[in-house]
Amino acid sequence: MPKTPYDEMYLREGAGRAHYLRYAQWLDGQPADRLAQKRAEADALFHRVGITFAVYGEDEGLERLIPFDIVPRVLPREEWIQLETGLKQRVRALNAFIQDIYHDQQILNAGVIPAEQVLCNSQYRPEMQGVDVPGDIYAHIAGIDIVRDDAGEFKVLEDNLRVPSGVSYMLENRKMLMRLFPELFSSHRVAPVDHYPDVLLDNLRSVAPTGVADPTVVLLTAGAHNSAYFEHAFLAQQMGIELVEGQDLFVRDEAVFMRTTQGPQRVDVIYRRIDDDFLDPLVFRPDSMLGVPGLLTAYRAGRITIANAIGTGVADDKSIYPYVPEMIRFYLGQSPIIGNVHTWMLRRPSDRDYVLAHLPELVVKEVHGAGGYGMLIGPAASKREIEDFRRQIIATPERYIAQPTLALSTCPTFAEAGLAPRHIDLRPFVLSGSEISIVPGGLTRVALVEGSLVVNSSQGGGTKDTWVLET
Amino acid sequence: MLSRTADHLYWMSRYIERAESLARLVDAHYKMSLLPHSSEDLAESLLSTMTALHMEQPYKERHQSIEPRAVFEFVSLDRDYSGSIYSCLRIARENARAVRGSLTSELWETLNSTWLDARAQVARRASQIDIGQFVEWVKERSHLTRGVTIGTMMRDEAFHFSRIGTFLERADSTARILTAHQGDLEPGADAGVVPDPYQWSVLLRALSAFEVYRRVYRDVITPSRVAQLLILRDDMPRSLLRCCKEVYGNLKSVANEQSAETLRRAGEMHAMLHFARMEEITAAGLPQFLKQFLSKLQDLGSRIASDFLVPPAEA
Repeated sequence: MPKTPYDEMYLREGAGRAHYLRYAQWLDGQPADRLAQKRAEADALFHRVGITFAVYGEDEGLERLIPFDIVPRVLPREEWIQLETGLKQRVRALNAFIQDIYHDQQILNAGVIPAEQVLCNSQYRPEMQGVDVPGDIYAHIAGIDIVRDDAGEFKVLEDNLRVPSGVSYMLENRKMLMRLFPELFSSHRVAPVDHYPDVLLDNLRSVAPTGVADPTVVLLTAGAHNSAYFEHAFLAQQMGIELVEGQDLFVRDEAVFMRTTQGPQRVDVIYRRIDDDFLDPLVFRPDSMLGVPGLLTAYRAGRITIANAIGTGVADDKSIYPYVPEMIRFYLGQSPIIGNVHTWMLRRPSDRDYVLAHLPELVVKEVHGAGGYGMLIGPAASKREIEDFRRQIIATPERYIAQPTLALSTCPTFAEAGLAPRHIDLRPFVLSGSEISIVPGGLTRVALVEGSLVVNSSQGGGTKDTWVLET
Repeated sequence: MLSRTADHLYWMSRYIERAESLARLVDAHYKMSLLPHSSEDLAESLLSTMTALHMEQPYKERHQSIEPRAVFEFVSLDRDYSGSIYSCLRIARENARAVRGSLTSELWETLNSTWLDARAQVARRASQIDIGQFVEWVKERSHLTRGVTIGTMMRDEAFHFSRIGTFLERADSTARILTAHQGDLEPGADAGVVPDPYQWSVLLRALSAFEVYRRVYRDVITPSRVAQLLILRDDMPRSLLRCCKEVYGNLKSVANEQSAETLRRAGEMHAMLHFARMEEITAAGLPQFLKQFLSKLQDLGSRIASDFLVPPAEA
């Protein structure tokens, strides 16, 4: 029996929720053709500004828009405060975990997490063992995916601690909605988000190597063909820092420099948007053309800060995710404010037996999968897909986890035939430096296909502006 | 600024300028094709222009004979030829996209929408495209791009490298157009046969110099005055002297520890044109002069690349 999802805007009886009332009234009074025209205007503007992403596997050079839905996702102040406190708690524990893993490994010694789960994980970087990083911060930028279940409870679906993306859409969506419907912003007190780049820059400067008075920060991108290139260029411009590629940097005497028109210039902090594997061809993938030879030497010598740190992947892996509530108790002595989604670990025989017997009801995810690939959504899958997964699970159970099929909350969204409820999630961006800060809101992603639970942009998801109301 | 950023800005500007120069040439010949005159003249002018621009060979690989419409389509719209106006707009936009953070958003949006628009126009069947309108549009977009550059960008290195690209390309283009017409500009031409008025108007229009000529000389068109105007006049925006002056000035603003020799050579080119007399140039031979000028320009371009930008041969 499928559960009825929580509707963000309307109560079950059809009335608007208190924090959505004014918006719902406004929406009712809008002529359909005005809304249609505004939607077309948004599309044209996004194209002109070039807010596009490249889709892997399609025609080279093809750039697509991430569909933008004009109905905002609104969060009342009290809910946001609860989320914010919970997110800070979680990210603090995650940073403590990574620090611990690369130093004393107390959590493993205490038997809270099985050691082989961590040390045999492909995301564990032995190169980082014993390396100290400024402020013991590893995940400077964390994107935590939050969903709301049918009971209206927020749950963490996934932690993204490597190179989380999407924040540019949070900023551009707000700009767009303000441009399309300025009247909404005079009738609502929406917490601003446009200071995110300033907070990010402050944060990055605060973790510069010790002794650097006026640190030079750069953003390292894989280049214009990367799917998130727009965001890299956007953030670098907003922060007023150089957008560099691996070829622009070099290491000399354990220090990092960039090649400029006025000769080499020292770099202190690298906000990198490429994966660990590509950072330094001398240590990781030797065929990487994107990285900087010798970077790890400079890093281990404490001459450069890399954000996020190398080796954070060990904490956001889906096989480690089930242990995050334990980490919060272990490092902070607190109980988790935002819970996890119940997760079966298929390496455990009892979990496996249960999951194999209930495949048509569950969501099965590959431990190392990302972007909505390598995933089985039981209720939506064909018999054959289910049997395929069953075989794979039996062959390599440690590669999978399973979760109940969540009735993700819905928000009214423009579809072919007009407004209709569509499933959404939320990715707030948590910045850790000398302190932890979160710009109110985040990126709301929406599954545009009716009934679909996959919100990833690479799989036809769209985005919405996210409002946190101040009163 | 990053060497790679400077490199992209430089090429972005060069390609926009190149698109405009080509659009001017197509426009001038297109107008000529609408006038009553012998089709051999038109074909001959097209051929010598394509030769001067090194376009003859790639054209002949695709077409058998010089047909004005085929030439116009090739130069303007050919998607597979990297030297076409269409390709120039694409390459300019690719360079801009690689450094969009260093451009003002107005400038990026201008270049991006130029490209998106060009792509939409060229997606139609070539025979349905009004060439005159297309090249007119390209000129307008180039004017707009230049205006947005001057009107919105800080006068910092990004601006100077972009301007160096513009003026090196423009000098190159003017010199090549003069090369295509060097026969008409020989000193003997003054006294002898009256040169083909169509040829003159093509040359002058392609360089926005037709009206300027009338205003400056208020007299019939003679080869030596045309050469004077396009080579040595400081107030003529597309003359060789003007371009070299701009290159030198912008280069001076970005000088670094290793660029002294490059700056000296740019200064020498500027001084040479500044103090030259037309009679001396023609006495020594205009073709020889243009050939030398183009090779000096090329030398300057590669020196700039190795002093500031991303040297082409760096492995």
